[in-house]
Amino acid sequence: MENADTASYVDFYHAEGKHKGILSWLLTTDHKRIGLMYMCSMMTFMLIGMTLGVLMKIEMLTPGKTIVSAQTYNAMFTLHGLIMIFLFIIPGLPAIFGNFMLPLQIGARDVAFPRLNLLSWYFYMTGGIFAILSLFLRGGPIDTGWTFYIPYSIRTGTDVILPLLAAFILGFSSIITGINFVTTIHRMRAPGMGFFKMPLFVWSLYATAWIQIIATPIIGITIILVIIERLFQMGIFDPALGGDPLLFQHLFWIYSHPAVYIMILPAMGAVSEIIPTFAKRTIFGYKAIAYSSLAIAFIGYFVWAHHMFTSGISETSRFIFSLLTFLVAIPSGVKVFNWVATLYKGSITPGVPLLFVMLFVFLFSIGGLTGLVLGSLATNAHLHDTYFVVAHFHYVMFGGTVMIFFGALHYWFPKMFGKMYNEKIAKWTIPVIFVGFNMLYFTMFILGYEGMPRRYWDYLPKYQTLHVISTVGSWILVTGIIIMLVNLINGLRKGPKAPMNPWGGKTLEWTVPSPPPVYNFEEIPVITHGPYYYGGEEEK
Amino acid sequence: MSDYLSGNNPGSVQSEHEEHVHRDDMSSKIGMWLFLLTEVLLFGGLFLLYMAYRVKYTGNFHDAALELNMKIGTFNTLILITSSLTMALSIAAMQRARKGLSIFLLVSTQALGIFFLINKFFEWSAKFHHGLYPGSETLLNRPKGEYIFFGMYYAMTGLHALHVIAGLTLLTFMLVFIIRNKVNPDNYIRLENSGLYWHLVDLIWIFLFPLFYLMR
Repeated sequence: MENADTASYVDFYHAEGKHKGILSWLLTTDHKRIGLMYMCSMMTFMLIGMTLGVLMKIEMLTPGKTIVSAQTYNAMFTLHGLIMIFLFIIPGLPAIFGNFMLPLQIGARDVAFPRLNLLSWYFYMTGGIFAILSLFLRGGPIDTGWTFYIPYSIRTGTDVILPLLAAFILGFSSIITGINFVTTIHRMRAPGMGFFKMPLFVWSLYATAWIQIIATPIIGITIILVIIERLFQMGIFDPALGGDPLLFQHLFWIYSHPAVYIMILPAMGAVSEIIPTFAKRTIFGYKAIAYSSLAIAFIGYFVWAHHMFTSGISETSRFIFSLLTFLVAIPSGVKVFNWVATLYKGSITPGVPLLFVMLFVFLFSIGGLTGLVLGSLATNAHLHDTYFVVAHFHYVMFGGTVMIFFGALHYWFPKMFGKMYNEKIAKWTIPVIFVGFNMLYFTMFILGYEGMPRRYWDYLPKYQTLHVISTVGSWILVTGIIIMLVNLINGLRKGPKAPMNPWGGKTLEWTVPSPPPVYNFEEIPVITHGPYYYGGEEEK
Repeated sequence: MSDYLSGNNPGSVQSEHEEHVHRDDMSSKIGMWLFLLTEVLLFGGLFLLYMAYRVKYTGNFHDAALELNMKIGTFNTLILITSSLTMALSIAAMQRARKGLSIFLLVSTQALGIFFLINKFFEWSAKFHHGLYPGSETLLNRPKGEYIFFGMYYAMTGLHALHVIAGLTLLTFMLVFIIRNKVNPDNYIRLENSGLYWHLVDLIWIFLFPLFYLMR
């Protein structure tokens, strides 16, 4: 079986379809091709977002003007946030790896609604293009910050409607993907694969898809209301007309906080795939991890107001939301302890994906613990809207989700492209990223603690040393990421052919050739074991 | 071992799926219900706002509601409920392979939907005529709660009207599908799903009606 990939078969890149050339991609309904189209577009947006981030850090090298004006800086942090959040991190893992791997991991030939899947990519692209277009239209680029807080977003002269429309359309894309995944998981599992025999990545996609379905409509309606507020003076959020801007914040965070779990849950799922493979033993506490995904999705829906502790909500609600926020730490902790317990007494191979997981555990723990600092009412009053918050969510989102995005990229790369990258170079990029990342963001914790507010273009001279360290860190980090990407592209172009199962993984995607044939499985497999079965007794 | 095989996923689900690779009515239905859930939540945001403002401006909401025409509202409610009935009957006719009747009932549903929109148009025009629209002099001079009431009124009934238009478009597609026999007594899931959508649009109105017209 291990050598079956040498037998003749046609992989999905070379299969004859209805269309040829570029149309065979643009009109495809193959979940694998759609996943790869997402990957190309998303990488492009990520590079744009990254460039903006680097330019912002250069601007912060000196107090006052370094390279751009204050207004340009406002537009830059807004777009950096918009692009990174709506175009990269939220759809990141589900749209790329979810699309590619979900049907493979549950032993299906495609998702439940292949054409809707393609439609969702087109919505994604439309949203992305709108966001970029808004840069060049009348009024100039949006400067409200990615949170679109009212009343500024209905007063500013910059063009707010187009980026809002972009976010709305992206929400549509996200909802369609969510509906597709939930239906696929319910209807298309291979025979014998009960819910508790699904790989944990699938579990995390399931929890994520539910959040996408339940939370996204709320941002949809909020965006529509802001647009009509700007167009027709509806008064619904405008304090001058009797509206309440706090209600905007509530609605905004009712979506945008669960969205944080849309970002992190699939990453946690990918971690639960990588660890058993590289520890060569079954995952510890399978059910606990599966349920904790659902628990995070559930509790995550009731913590939104912790973004509003200083906005003027009542003492009672602050107390309750602070308490609920602390509760999220429990299922997150359950996951981390189970991962560590899986590694214990495993026969560990330090492969590149596992090293990214180690990086994730370290950085995400710092992000998670500083989250508790922000979740406490007293410390929040001091740290709210400072660089401490910026550092916290970069540790969680970048150190958490994006590191696992990179890890998953290295884990599934051989399967997706049928090629291997240079593992030695890949390993060397990790310390570079580690050093750059911590220089860039750890300094921000200190800056924030000392009182540097976020989103400011100018600062007092006493903050300069830390800003300089941070900026230099951003250069090191970007160097690491570029080396990593170049290494992957080189692997793609001239890497050796990848075997069917390079890491010794046990989930179903490793039982088909690399890259997989169009319909994935010649025969739909029958499942008799849990997903990470390395022999011996199984947990019931 | 047999424990593993008799997992909680019945084998029949998969084998049914194998027979029709391109068609799984249960999936379509699950997908549609999930989509309807997102629609409920979309309006849910507005209902939440309505609730918050009703508590904040109870008196003003009461006064402003007196300006709405309860007769047209009641009439429109009846129209939409009847259209839901004809919609359901159209599906029932399709199940019994009575194509002509199904088409007739579907067109009746559309006619009722259009009738609803025409009433809505006259209702809105009358309000505009009285200067009751966002940003108007009249409204700006009223108490803030009344301004918000009309803001919510236009936002919610407006979004609902857009959904009626979307529903009508969907039903037009169904009409074409039925005429071309793409929707037929063996495969009418698309008609059924469109029916579900139409009922949802109806149901939302059932909630909008008391909130704006009856609670005075």
